Amino acid sequence: MSTLTITPDLVAQHQLADSEYQKIVSILGREPNYTELGIFSVMWSEHCSYKSSRLHLKKLPTRGKLVVQGPGENAGIVDVGGGYVIAFKIESHNHPSFIEPFQGAATGVGGILRDIFTMGARPIAVLDSLRFGPLDDPQAGPRNRRILQGVVAGIAHYGNCFGVPTVGGECVFEPCYNGNPLVNVFALGVAKKDDIFYARAAGIGNPVIYVGAKTGRDGIHGASMASAEFTEESKQKRPNVQVGDPFLEKLLLEACLEAMQTGAIVGIQDMGAAGLTCSTCEMGSRGGTGIEIELDLVPQRETGMTPYEIMLSESQERMLLVAAKGREDEVFQVFRKWGLDAVTIGKVTDDGLLRVRQHGQVVAEIPNRELADEAPLYDRPHTDSPARPLAPSPAHEPIPPQQALLTLLASSDICSKRYIWQQYDYQVRTNTLAGPGADAAIVRIKENGVSIAMSLDGNSRYCYLSPREGAMLAVAESCRNLATVGAQPVAATNCLNFGNPERPEIMGQLVAAIEGLGDACRFFDTPITGGNVSLYNETLGEGIWPTPVIGVVGLMPTAAPVTRDFKAPGRSIVLLGGLGDCDETRFGGTQYAKVILKELWGLPPALDMDYEKRVHAAMREIVAAGLAESAHDLSDGGLAVAAAECCLGGVGAALHFESDFSPEFLLFHEGPSRILISTARPDGIAEIAARHAVEAPRVGITMNSALAIRNRNATLVIAKIDSLNAIYEGSLENQLGS
Amino acid sequence: MKFGVIVFPGSNCDHDAWFAVNRNLGHPAEYIWHDSPTLGGVDAVILPGGFAYGDYLRCGAIAKFSPVMAAVRKFAADGGPVLGICNGFQILVEAGLLPGALIRNRNLKFICREVRLRTETLDSPFTAAAEPGQILRMPIAHGEGCYIADERTLDELGAEDRVAFRYVENPNGSMRDIAGILNAQRNVLGLMPHPERATEPLMGSSDGLVVFRSLVMAFQPTAA
Repeated sequence: MSTLTITPDLVAQHQLADSEYQKIVSILGREPNYTELGIFSVMWSEHCSYKSSRLHLKKLPTRGKLVVQGPGENAGIVDVGGGYVIAFKIESHNHPSFIEPFQGAATGVGGILRDIFTMGARPIAVLDSLRFGPLDDPQAGPRNRRILQGVVAGIAHYGNCFGVPTVGGECVFEPCYNGNPLVNVFALGVAKKDDIFYARAAGIGNPVIYVGAKTGRDGIHGASMASAEFTEESKQKRPNVQVGDPFLEKLLLEACLEAMQTGAIVGIQDMGAAGLTCSTCEMGSRGGTGIEIELDLVPQRETGMTPYEIMLSESQERMLLVAAKGREDEVFQVFRKWGLDAVTIGKVTDDGLLRVRQHGQVVAEIPNRELADEAPLYDRPHTDSPARPLAPSPAHEPIPPQQALLTLLASSDICSKRYIWQQYDYQVRTNTLAGPGADAAIVRIKENGVSIAMSLDGNSRYCYLSPREGAMLAVAESCRNLATVGAQPVAATNCLNFGNPERPEIMGQLVAAIEGLGDACRFFDTPITGGNVSLYNETLGEGIWPTPVIGVVGLMPTAAPVTRDFKAPGRSIVLLGGLGDCDETRFGGTQYAKVILKELWGLPPALDMDYEKRVHAAMREIVAAGLAESAHDLSDGGLAVAAAECCLGGVGAALHFESDFSPEFLLFHEGPSRILISTARPDGIAEIAARHAVEAPRVGITMNSALAIRNRNATLVIAKIDSLNAIYEGSLENQLGS
Repeated sequence: MKFGVIVFPGSNCDHDAWFAVNRNLGHPAEYIWHDSPTLGGVDAVILPGGFAYGDYLRCGAIAKFSPVMAAVRKFAADGGPVLGICNGFQILVEAGLLPGALIRNRNLKFICREVRLRTETLDSPFTAAAEPGQILRMPIAHGEGCYIADERTLDELGAEDRVAFRYVENPNGSMRDIAGILNAQRNVLGLMPHPERATEPLMGSSDGLVVFRSLVMAFQPTAA
């Protein structure tokens, strides 16, 4: 196969542009052979090289006083005190999850978990951000329902078996995801600060060791598949999706952590996208070394595999490590104990080359640094997003507010996702202080008395109206979720899901969203320590809405957390941040606009970052002072939905306003910077809020079994909690028809 | 009292069981690797939750052949207390130390949630510290926790007072709401819910401690 002639067609099939091919020739000083062409094509794919986004990603803040490791490694690392660090990152597995939902999602979980324990950290939490087409779509509904069920079962299968709790996430439905579901998986692990491992090949002559599953023909060109639009032919790409084995990954986790304790491991990297190719050349590039391997030594589960196939296979549950020469046996002994294959397949060299042999013959020879770090970089043309109409079509009639509230509570974005998260083991490892359904997920670190709060947020409705403002709102909401439980945000990771970057308007969305994320993350002191870009989320020319997803992590002392539900009748209810502001233009991205009026227009809610930050500071102080009996931030669906959600535990509320807003604006506008708190000590809250120059009106009182909302003399809502609960809890299962 | 926690490849609640015993109960606990021929002088054995050997076949079907299971069998035959939690219960059933079988939940999905259990007997080293009929809150997290057995076995379990716990609201379709059962000698308990996940207020419930405290009480009846 290596003797196959390289033709322009073959180059095109590898999704390499002419200019990219010329660059390969100039790096090598000759034409590549077939294997080398394959190696370049995966390393220089959008998925691995970030060639369209790299230029703009540089605008993101990456440094902070607690950041130990920023972007460029398998995961970001943050110091959490007491000699411990956390490693975390988010990754997408969108394309595979569309082709084969169960395995696509499962291997998405597997991939990000390996990124975490590669660094020496034991995974202690997973969160998922999911996007699907509407479940009731006349055409795509049945397929969307099947994709959702497959994705959820796949995540459950992998995470539950591996033994990591899936503690939260989000799930949103829009028609733009009909042919492009998004599966973004966030994982976080904990390690001792002195025991962090990096993916660097150092020490000339040190052995390169292959560990884990045997290599098969599965997943060849997965990275390239994830770098192209879907067409009808893509459905035939099922063999490009890998099959996950969470049991093997669990063994790999335990064996790697144990082997790391021997002190014999110099560097380690998982084999994810682009498999053996990526792990070898990246470790070599980071270490400034060469790597030489013999493919005959690679454990294979199929016969007759070519160098091309072995180098590009994306078989799961494999790791590559460099050990100290002479101490291989210590490593082998640990892997033998766990029943895993571990073999030396090569060594670290001083010539900076990735040299691949088969049967002793050199089948590929490429400089590591150029291959890993000198991928083409594009400043693709980009244009601003077209402006949306500033006002709704005139035909809209308001419906009774109570009916609107009930409709929103049953709508797919807002309704309970219990059907999904009840399939996840969200408690294993007994660290979960707040699990799915909470504003922020919280896991404790048993060793140092610190807990980690996490929130994943992304709002593609807002980003559709303004990619820049939408991205900033996502950061604000994520940080607000953390503040609601009393946590201080310290760092973030992002997953940028967009359409085809070769279209200037899509590229414009990406650039605007990155700038918005950068500004907001700088402002909220949440440096981005790593993440993922997923482009080409298009099917048959239909792109998704811009969907940047942000995951913010925060720190708090370990204690019983403040939760959403009202706890007792007779307590004061305070709306920290106040009623907010809204006008016709800023109402056009709300759930009310989407669900009730079935139209989006204008701009997302206006964000005053300075005010938002003061609300967070006040909220943290309120929690620290023990003044909040319950707290819940206002987001999708606005005030009325948030108030209804606080009632679902059984204690209701009577809210009373004196507002000039229309009922729709008052109840359903989605202005940020607002948190609903119940308290026995409203004066204490008022004092703290005043000190932070934040509004904190008392808006009502908790009571038994009903939710009532009045503005001046008009009763807008009066509903029994039982009926709210029935609507909220039952809706998703109804929509799934199961 | 020294507890031993068996570690099968794929066990993933082993650390949780260790933590519950060591930190929240305050007794020493050690791990026992699945290929160990002996139990190293422990006073009680815990088979923890997880997915031993991946459970790709039938849950527990491979784990029952682990070398350590011979030692567990002998330990049980000699009257030593053996507690199988979740996957541990599945393994005990496969190993023939407890009757019946555990099949997929009635809704065919993995279920993670809190359940309420009614303590059905105090006559066991796992329940002696409970109040009669005490309701215990603790989580379940399993895909295959629906307990089934033939009618005669079910009748026998009832007649011999060997049902340790029943679900107050049956989450998985288990026959006669059975959540946990004892062997005839009453020194082996298997249950699907996770008592180790309910051993301190931060976990949302401390009710699971009843099971562990009972073991300590049975071990040192005079000290209790």
